Amino acid sequence: MLKNIPTPIRVLLALLIPAVLVPVFPELVYPVFIMKVLCYALFALAFNLLIGFTGLVSFGHAAFFGWSGYTTGILMIKLADHGFPVELAILAGMLVATAIGWLIGTLAIRRTGIYFSMITLALSQIAYFLAVQMPWTGGEDGMQGIPRGKLLGLVDLSVDNHMYYFTLAVFVAGFLAIHRIVHSPFGQSLKALRDNAPRAVSLGYDTDRCKLYAFMLSAAFTGLAGSMKALVLQLSALNDVMLSTSTETLLMTLLGGLGTSWGPVLGAALVVSLQNYLAELGGVVTIITGLTFVVCVSFFRRGMVGEWEAWLQRRRGQRAQAAKTHNATLKKPVTP
Amino acid sequence: MFDIPMQSLMAQLLVGLINGCFYAVLSMGLAIIFGLLNIINFAHGAQFMVAAFLAWIGFTQLPMLLGPEFKLNFWAMLVVAPLIVGALGVLLEKTLLKRLYHLDHLYGLLLTFGVALILEGVFRHFYGISGSSYDPPALLQGGVDLGFMFMPIYRGFVVVASLLICAVTWYLFEKTKLGALLRAGTENPKLLQAFGVNIPLMITLTYGFGVALAGIAGVLAAPIMQITPLMGANLLNIVFAVVVIGGLGSIMGAILTGLALGLLEGLTKVFYAEGSTVVVFVIMAVVLLMRPAGMFGKEK
Repeated sequence: MLKNIPTPIRVLLALLIPAVLVPVFPELVYPVFIMKVLCYALFALAFNLLIGFTGLVSFGHAAFFGWSGYTTGILMIKLADHGFPVELAILAGMLVATAIGWLIGTLAIRRTGIYFSMITLALSQIAYFLAVQMPWTGGEDGMQGIPRGKLLGLVDLSVDNHMYYFTLAVFVAGFLAIHRIVHSPFGQSLKALRDNAPRAVSLGYDTDRCKLYAFMLSAAFTGLAGSMKALVLQLSALNDVMLSTSTETLLMTLLGGLGTSWGPVLGAALVVSLQNYLAELGGVVTIITGLTFVVCVSFFRRGMVGEWEAWLQRRRGQRAQAAKTHNATLKKPVTP
Repeated sequence: MFDIPMQSLMAQLLVGLINGCFYAVLSMGLAIIFGLLNIINFAHGAQFMVAAFLAWIGFTQLPMLLGPEFKLNFWAMLVVAPLIVGALGVLLEKTLLKRLYHLDHLYGLLLTFGVALILEGVFRHFYGISGSSYDPPALLQGGVDLGFMFMPIYRGFVVVASLLICAVTWYLFEKTKLGALLRAGTENPKLLQAFGVNIPLMITLTYGFGVALAGIAGVLAAPIMQITPLMGANLLNIVFAVVVIGGLGSIMGAILTGLALGLLEGLTKVFYAEGSTVVVFVIMAVVLLMRPAGMFGKEK
């Protein structure tokens, strides 16, 4: 029965067992740290939906991540005492991110390739500028002490363990949803578009609309990640809207493997851990990040999961080849 | 809107013109590199920053380390720094960039982006994020009263020097035989190679030249801007918008768009100061809505 389940989902199921146990052994891994990893992993998965499966490189995803965080944050700060449900605050964050995604997307898909990237970068500068200027975002200081509220009005999320299971559930739901999208007919048309755009056009796909939908979907999931991050860390800061957040996610995705199911998650876990442990080194972190970019691009473009899958495939190929020649030598004496 | 004094209007326009000069020189370098390598050089801002730092290091740090006879003044650095960053660019092209030409241009962008991070990180590690300042050379200190405004001589010099660089580069690419070869190389490198032109060498030198242009701009900027590891990255964001608006098509397009946007930014500073940092991006959005290929670009 297990054979019918696709590998990425089997990996997910296998990883769920240790993940569920995290709050039971807080002295082994700090739950808040794992929650942070899960939020960034979801962000990287959403980003991969665009770069890995559609071939569009966005430098503007920090705008979605940061602004959804601000939206959820302000709603919870102003309205949580009046019983505003946390689910609606998250949904509002996703909606804002999707709306910004629509705005940036419609402009950016007018050009392709490098131009597309530069436009997303430039437009996200406007989002950053607004975050600095608007009085309610807290400007340079950001928002602090965002209340987490109560899930369904019942479960108190201010308890770290409750929040942990909620984040884990959101991550799993997000992973499955993105996996489903990528393997749907729509996802297949995105891949076609990535690999051979003129051909996709000639087959009758409305490529611009596909690209825009992919962009907005990616923005929506990024918004989900941003809202969750604001709740987990109870903090929304200017840093989330900055270019460096977009590029870190790019690094996570690239390091793990563009266009793979698990790459972004692995990349996110690695980068967030690195940052946690090297935070006090200042400039050195930037150097390490830059070196990782250069090494990844020069020597292992498929990323960790991508290289692993390629290795598996090569081995399978060799085995098939070996079996073929073996069969051929067996058959030889029979035929006269 | 008429209660704004002439003095401050002119001063802001001058600042805008100077910024426009930097935008023009930098986006011209990007256009040249993009033309032949098909790579957006994300390291352009970092290379600009390195040249500014080199000017400052040659003037203040080297004499402290090695003795006063090693002091390199502004004029020496105007030649040496672009040569150094240009040579580093050639090294980068020879070792890493050339391995990527057969791939999607995304990889060139990511690689140069990584290089930019490394350069920024190195300078942040050694010199911190607070800025250093650099005095203009003795010959160009002071200012002249133009009647309607006071103009520091050095700023006038930067404008003249940048326009000269733009003019020379434009002449080189549009009017000489070498320029014709380079333009042919962007159209059809294989054919040109069949005629016996050494295309790989041409590509390497073009990259070096484009980087050296960023280097000259960096040295020119050292006495005007705060020298910090992020000075180039901040400028490059705007230069990308300039490139999108102008549309990488022509060298003249890069020059004109750069200058115009600098001036526009200066004007915004007078009338609505908060908006001056985003006006370029807003213009970019408007231009994209009307002409997706940019003002001077050709629809592909």
